[in-house]
Amino acid sequence: MKTLDVQNIVKKHAGNAGGLLGILQEIQVRYGYLPQEALRIVSESIGYPLVDVYGVATFYRSFSLEPRGKHLCSVCLGTACHVRGAPKIYREFKNHLGIEAGQTTPDREFTLETVNCLGACALGPVVVVDGRYFPSVNSTQVEEIIEQTRHGFDVELIRGDERVFPVEVSCHRCNHSLMDPGYLLDGYPSIRVTVSFRRKHGWLRLSSLYGSHRVESEYEIPLNEVVSFFCPHCHAELTGPTVCAVCGAAMVQMIVRGGGTVQICSRHGCKGHLLDVA
Amino acid sequence: MITFTINGLKASAERGTTILEAARFLGFPIPTLCHMEGLTPYGACRLCIVEIGEGENAKLVTSCTYPVEEGLKVRTASRRVVRARKMILELLLASSPQSKTIQDLAAAHDVRQQRFRQEYEDCILCGLCVRMCKEQMVAGAIGFRGRGEDRSVGTPFDIKSEKCRLCGGCIYVCPVCQLRCTYTEPEKAICGGCANLSPPCIEKDRFNDIMCYMDPCVACEIKENEE
Repeated sequence: MKTLDVQNIVKKHAGNAGGLLGILQEIQVRYGYLPQEALRIVSESIGYPLVDVYGVATFYRSFSLEPRGKHLCSVCLGTACHVRGAPKIYREFKNHLGIEAGQTTPDREFTLETVNCLGACALGPVVVVDGRYFPSVNSTQVEEIIEQTRHGFDVELIRGDERVFPVEVSCHRCNHSLMDPGYLLDGYPSIRVTVSFRRKHGWLRLSSLYGSHRVESEYEIPLNEVVSFFCPHCHAELTGPTVCAVCGAAMVQMIVRGGGTVQICSRHGCKGHLLDVA
Repeated sequence: MITFTINGLKASAERGTTILEAARFLGFPIPTLCHMEGLTPYGACRLCIVEIGEGENAKLVTSCTYPVEEGLKVRTASRRVVRARKMILELLLASSPQSKTIQDLAAAHDVRQQRFRQEYEDCILCGLCVRMCKEQMVAGAIGFRGRGEDRSVGTPFDIKSEKCRLCGGCIYVCPVCQLRCTYTEPEKAICGGCANLSPPCIEKDRFNDIMCYMDPCVACEIKENEE
């Protein structure tokens, strides 16, 4: 762990105690958990007692003080999922991975956790692995999901790449459509988002043809530049919790009309993307 | 100065005074566990609840955190307050049955039975030790960790804190761990062996404004005179 890394994260939040949650979230994304040293550095840098930093870190379920596995499996045990047999799914996961909820497999591949509701009750019983939603899971599918995750989803991705079809997307925060029928790309309405990089702030239009990768933007974006994506309606940052499997930059998440999500890499020029259609 | 009514008596206090401070100054006893002079009010133990407002708008608030307001009508020992307080004591007893402080309080407030499963948690999360450590000792060695059922008091990472000077302040203020009640009664008993005060006029139906520890009751007499 690098002291400098943590200090940079703290600096980004102006080094004040009000940014504590943001700082902890970034450390969690960077390391996958909150290392003890990191918490000490944060406490010193923002001048906030270690007990209080530790109190915040242990209060929220999304923070972990233990290293987590490469893949995070969240099994929903909320009421709707529960009545549709989620406990069985959870037992199946426990048997296959050989761990209890909150634990990580010895090979550091999987972390199993239970959640109380994911807000996707209609899809129950629902399982989320690395940000992918698996709806209406039955116990025979569990092994498949684990194997697929272990393998990576690349096999499926290539198949997706070959098919070219237009997708209609909306903001994951405000659910406002991001489609711009007044500006066509590849003959289909383009996807309009706001981007910012190097103090420049302007629109970006993506081709809605899945697999086309055509992009037009107000300002020219240098190759390999990681840009921030925002919803033009609610101005929420569209960056999701996952990182690009190709280059490691944060993924930009959008909702596909009809159910599911599409994620694209925020690095200009990188073609990393995921499509999850429910 | 702010004028308000407490148990039917007109009183006044400086702006910013809490109901608890005003009531104690005027001689109305309000039991507390998590309150201590010199520490910021916390409102965790809920024992100091009083009833404010009238009729349908009457509600229970913690007097240690509620500042007096102009025209406020406070009842420190109405039937509703007493009933709620007894329930709180019963719950506190269930979580820390061996605390002498809580046992005495329960006995003093006429709690005759304890109907809940005993937990023997030996901590009521009143936060006295945390505030003592932070505010009086200026150390900040212990704090709250976790959430909900798993909430506990302790040092970060459960290792000895370098901030701790072993002053013992936390143990001194703790209402649960400083003295053990050594009663020999069966489980769920409320011994009251050390304190056995029974509030005199609690069973009276007529008045909501009672000063139960005073004999004769001042509030009752005032009311009688007014009528």
